[in-house]
Amino acid sequence: MASKFFLVAQREYLTRVRKKAFIILTLAVPLLMGAFGYFMVKIAQSDSDTTDVIEVRDDSGANLAARLVSTEQLRFVPVGGTLAEAKKGFQKAKHDGLLYLPAGLNVEKPSGIQFFGKGNISLKKESAVKEALNKAFAQLKMQKSGLSQEQLDLLQAKVQLQTVSLDESGKEEDSNALATSGIAYALAFLIYIFIFLYGVQIMRGVGEEKSSRIMEVMLSSVKPFDLMMGKIVGIAAVGLTQFLLWGILSFGAGSVIANLAGEGSEKPRTEMVARSESSAAAGAGSSTAAVSGERIAGPNAATAVEGRMKIFEVLGNLPIGTILFGFIIYFLGGYLLYGALFGAIGAAVDDQTDTQQFMFPITAPLILSYVMGMSVILRNPDGPVAFWMSMIPFTSPIAMVIRLPFGVPLWQLGLSVVLLILGFVGTVWVAARIYRVGILMYGKKVTYKELGKWMFYKG
Amino acid sequence: MSTSSPTAILEAIDVRKAYAQHVALSGVSLAIPEQSIFGLLGPNGAGKTSLIRIITQITGADEGEIRFRGQRLNPSHIAEIGYLPEERGLYKKMKVGEQLLYLAQLRGLSRADATQRIKQWLERFDIKAWASKNVEDLSKGMQQKVQFIATVLHEPKLIILDEPFSGFDPINANLLKDEILRLRQEGATIIFSTHRMESVEEMCDSIALINRSRKVLDGPVRLIRDQFKTNTYEVEGQGKLILIHPDFEVVEQKERENGHFYARVQLHAGTRPNDLLRFLIDKVEVQAFREQIPSINEIFIRRVRETMPETLADLQTANALL
Repeated sequence: MASKFFLVAQREYLTRVRKKAFIILTLAVPLLMGAFGYFMVKIAQSDSDTTDVIEVRDDSGANLAARLVSTEQLRFVPVGGTLAEAKKGFQKAKHDGLLYLPAGLNVEKPSGIQFFGKGNISLKKESAVKEALNKAFAQLKMQKSGLSQEQLDLLQAKVQLQTVSLDESGKEEDSNALATSGIAYALAFLIYIFIFLYGVQIMRGVGEEKSSRIMEVMLSSVKPFDLMMGKIVGIAAVGLTQFLLWGILSFGAGSVIANLAGEGSEKPRTEMVARSESSAAAGAGSSTAAVSGERIAGPNAATAVEGRMKIFEVLGNLPIGTILFGFIIYFLGGYLLYGALFGAIGAAVDDQTDTQQFMFPITAPLILSYVMGMSVILRNPDGPVAFWMSMIPFTSPIAMVIRLPFGVPLWQLGLSVVLLILGFVGTVWVAARIYRVGILMYGKKVTYKELGKWMFYKG
Repeated sequence: MSTSSPTAILEAIDVRKAYAQHVALSGVSLAIPEQSIFGLLGPNGAGKTSLIRIITQITGADEGEIRFRGQRLNPSHIAEIGYLPEERGLYKKMKVGEQLLYLAQLRGLSRADATQRIKQWLERFDIKAWASKNVEDLSKGMQQKVQFIATVLHEPKLIILDEPFSGFDPINANLLKDEILRLRQEGATIIFSTHRMESVEEMCDSIALINRSRKVLDGPVRLIRDQFKTNTYEVEGQGKLILIHPDFEVVEQKERENGHFYARVQLHAGTRPNDLLRFLIDKVEVQAFREQIPSINEIFIRRVRETMPETLADLQTANALL
């Protein structure tokens, strides 16, 4: 019997995986995602927080150019030659602007500084350049007043806010609410979309089998339960294959796009990644950097690494094992539970258009748990709504997975898993009975009352 | 009337099956002799398909027992039974070869054996070129051939064909008949289930008649016919037939043009057909003389009239509709 189940699952898998639609969809989604990602990066770059390269022609004699501190928005590159040459040069080099510091600048009251840009110069860019100049002048003045570099460094407050969550045992843990929420969201979304995509495929598959009138032939060889579970498992394998391919292809496409985007901004990719992670820290850090170019790069890189370390730290402090274990349990449990129900609907109705009335009560808890999960549970992962939804087997696959990264008491997790398993067994039992009767029932408009009766038919 | 003989491949013993609204089988007992063609006959809704679904283990009997070669029916017998249901279908988007392989494997055939036999069958039916075609691209007649191959591919000892000739075109129906006879020759037992009794009566060795969930009659066709014979003979010839005799009785007589006549004559008990023939030869020119054999359909109606007169009215309407 087990081998028949395997044969059924194998057929379901192979016929689907070899379909043109599967291959096209598998290839198209990462491409679309990639294209989407590329445009997002491009849009982000065209936004003001891309790094603009500004050439500096410094004739002031006060070595002001070296004191201009590069930030995330601006990178200053000193150039030589005359102003006219520099004007031609920056456009050729596709740089974003040219700052001209004329000779004989009065430090107390600087004037005659010119900024050349392409097209309209945005207000944001202008103020960024002004700020850099103000800082450079301030430093120059402070140095002139006899403060040492150490004293200057001391003046800068390097503010970094560390958020810490206290658990029940009083152990302190670093928490990064954003990263935790992100993980919760991603896992829940994955389960949600998987159940929906492939649950509907189960339903349609059963419907096709029924309308092609092959059921009786099949049932004289295979038990209805094996037929149903074989289909559910086979389609799960299709889904996992597709997700895996999407993952690999998206990662590949993502790397290519990141490289493309990296070239576009003429910045090493690592720094780009780091920048978003450590924007606050980098801002503070870079302002302490003084005169030399090397000193500019130093703290920047350091804060970047710091930022990435922080992400890993957050990840490290999350209950990774529990999350992974929970995700697999709830992913499989949720899919099997809903898959059986989708299969039962497919068996109960003759016509695909009749599925609507039975679809609603099944999709409702799924959608509800997703919507509530993304709002109430994410905001208050330990609240009563979160608790109850993570206990009910129909909502727990999504609700509990959202709660997992925030930490869930072990007894709650245990109870929820037990309830999920019970719910799964119960649902499959009900679904198998509806399925068994339904697949051989033709030409009958099925009602809920009818479905109720089917459950008590004898084999 | 059923006897459980040791040579029966399948026995049903007092099988009962009820659904929520109606009783499908009430105490049906049958014995199907090995290597025979068995007709399971009766009007639509009599309970034939219910019985077949119990034999094929799609459903179970509420009471009673099915024995396959003396063993209580169990899942190991699935490999011994081939079933072509009335509702027949195939996976539309699957290739013919793969589909046959899949169905054969589900019936317990190994992959290698199945591949080998599929090749043989496709060659025999001269449809080798279709192996890599999708089922949905085949004509209905072609699909029927594939369905038949799927039924017999695992060389079942018992082949059950529900309404076998419905939907088959005459050419395929003849092909099917030849194959069925050949399969029986090779040792298989075949069950025909149909409400169109005339379509199978010349092929069946034994039959069972079912009406309203009950068996009304079963046994070898020859014996049943003998039992229901009325000792009536049909005579055709030329001349003036005046038949007044204590041993014979004219049931029907028709005069035709040019002195032809047709008559049905019933012999009284103890009278031999040769007595009638001798009597006739002196009177008229006999051109045809044959025993009137009741058709299964006639036997069925007579039997139902005797045993369940209350169902006769709807039976006759049903027959009129056919």
